[in-house]
Amino acid sequence: MANFLVSRLLYAAVVLLGVSIAVFFLIRIGGDPSALFLPPEASIEDIQRFRHLMGFDRPLIVQYWDFLSRALGGDFGMSLRYEQPAMQLVLERVPATLQLGGAAFVLSIVLAVPLAILAAANRGSAIDRASLLISLIGQSFPAFWLAIMLILLFSETWHVLPPSGRGGWQNLVMPAIVLATYSTAIITRLLRSSMIEVLQSDYVRTARGKGVRESRIVLSHALRNAAIPTLTVIGLQVGALLGGAVITEEVFAYPGIGRLAIQAIANRDFTVVQAFVLFMAAVIVVINLLVDLSYGLLDPRLRKGK
Amino acid sequence: MSDFLKRYMASHLATIGLAFLLIALFAALFGPWLVPYDPSAQDILQRLKPPLWQGSEGIHLFGTDALGRDIFSRIVVGARVSILVGVSSVIISGLVGVTFGLIAGYEDKYAGRVLMMLTDIQLAIPFLVLALAVAAVVGPSLWNIIAILGLTNWVQYTRVVRAECLVLREREFIQAAHMMGISSTHILTRHLLPNVMSSVIVISSLLVAKMILFESSLSFLGLGVPPETPTWGTMISEGRNYIGNAWWVATIPGVAIFFTVVGTNLVGDRLRDLLDPRLRQIEG
Repeated sequence: MANFLVSRLLYAAVVLLGVSIAVFFLIRIGGDPSALFLPPEASIEDIQRFRHLMGFDRPLIVQYWDFLSRALGGDFGMSLRYEQPAMQLVLERVPATLQLGGAAFVLSIVLAVPLAILAAANRGSAIDRASLLISLIGQSFPAFWLAIMLILLFSETWHVLPPSGRGGWQNLVMPAIVLATYSTAIITRLLRSSMIEVLQSDYVRTARGKGVRESRIVLSHALRNAAIPTLTVIGLQVGALLGGAVITEEVFAYPGIGRLAIQAIANRDFTVVQAFVLFMAAVIVVINLLVDLSYGLLDPRLRKGK
Repeated sequence: MSDFLKRYMASHLATIGLAFLLIALFAALFGPWLVPYDPSAQDILQRLKPPLWQGSEGIHLFGTDALGRDIFSRIVVGARVSILVGVSSVIISGLVGVTFGLIAGYEDKYAGRVLMMLTDIQLAIPFLVLALAVAAVVGPSLWNIIAILGLTNWVQYTRVVRAECLVLREREFIQAAHMMGISSTHILTRHLLPNVMSSVIVISSLLVAKMILFESSLSFLGLGVPPETPTWGTMISEGRNYIGNAWWVATIPGVAIFFTVVGTNLVGDRLRDLLDPRLRQIEG
């Protein structure tokens, strides 16, 4: 187990290094942002001086090395816009996003898990077909459009929920619904199909033969074994789910890290975009690491092997 | 082929989905010749007119937007960008992802490990944000969007194709081909590729739906195609400002996206059931 953990951690570090390279070079393929920070009447000498001051005139590889060695020391550079440390700007917004993401996560688990269980246990029934339809529809909404439709209904027409901002729980309702829609659809669909597969397996037949109650078979045997493939795919989807948070925060003007990222992109605030992507990548890598480790908890057979 | 179509049509829902998709394809191909109005013609006197069924004052089926442009015409013409981006970016990601998957599945020593590491790196990047950042830097253009979406969504192909190749590699016909001294390139393209094609088709059809959603998100944020081209995402973003007094401007393009994506997903689901039921687990 310890070996497994160490090799996984090393691998995670290498992946993060790869992310840092990809991000650093990709957001610089359009040149440096000097022109955006100087008045249009700036002379060529002014631009040169600014580039030199910011270090933009050095070879990219040197700039990357400089960035990497500072980043390892916890210094991700200053925001070009706000003149604050970039990572600090990102971290300040984390609680807001965590609150939204947490609400959406709880919502989608509460909706998807019972729905998938009922659907798999009653395959071909009305509830099963309803679950398929729900997950199809949930996957086919553009999130930003769903957000605008909710604002149209709950804020513009019925005036029961605030259209934007952060404050009380009322501000959380619509963004959480929008963010939960896609993940509910995915979880329902995956959990249902892996449960159906498990329910057809030999050990479930044996359990039935022994006279184990059907509710116990479904809730204990099937759910536990179906959770592994579902968790794996959710781990792979975390990036896409977090991407959904970005656009949701933007539409609801919710002050989380996603909105910060969009503003940073609009301002060409490279250091903040970089800090954001690296932070998110670290989150995604850690979540996948936890998913890997959770296999052992869910399936005792996997505890020794690794 | 007609036999396949008959089996396909056995599902009513899938047939409806195919119909949605065909309507969108038809609009994408022939849109400009079908529409009653020039989609960019502005008419300030006719601005924010409601759809026909809401009041009879208009002659515009879906009403008009804030510049008096006919929404129906813009929806029909807007299908072109969605379909073009959806299909082209999937072709790019398919080419990249399948090539990587074949290599990683056949030769899983050095190249394979590097490629799998690349997929993990790709998965760890919040791609929407990276796509936005790159789009902001390189500027909005149709081909930039296609390239960005294509190059950031190939992971699923690689994972599935690799997994299938790892199994196929051990089968007799591949072993035999190997022993007969047939070149690796030949084995990859003539023996392995045909055997993973059904999975590739299924992934592609489901990915088109996702790409259409991604394109609309980028356009919504103003980082998609240039604003003068009508796209569903841009229309929603413009209509958002009038949501209080002209609900239809933002609502109707979203319905168009929804039906196109539902149609594509239904077709993809049906193809999966018919071609490759094992893929149920992998999809996401």
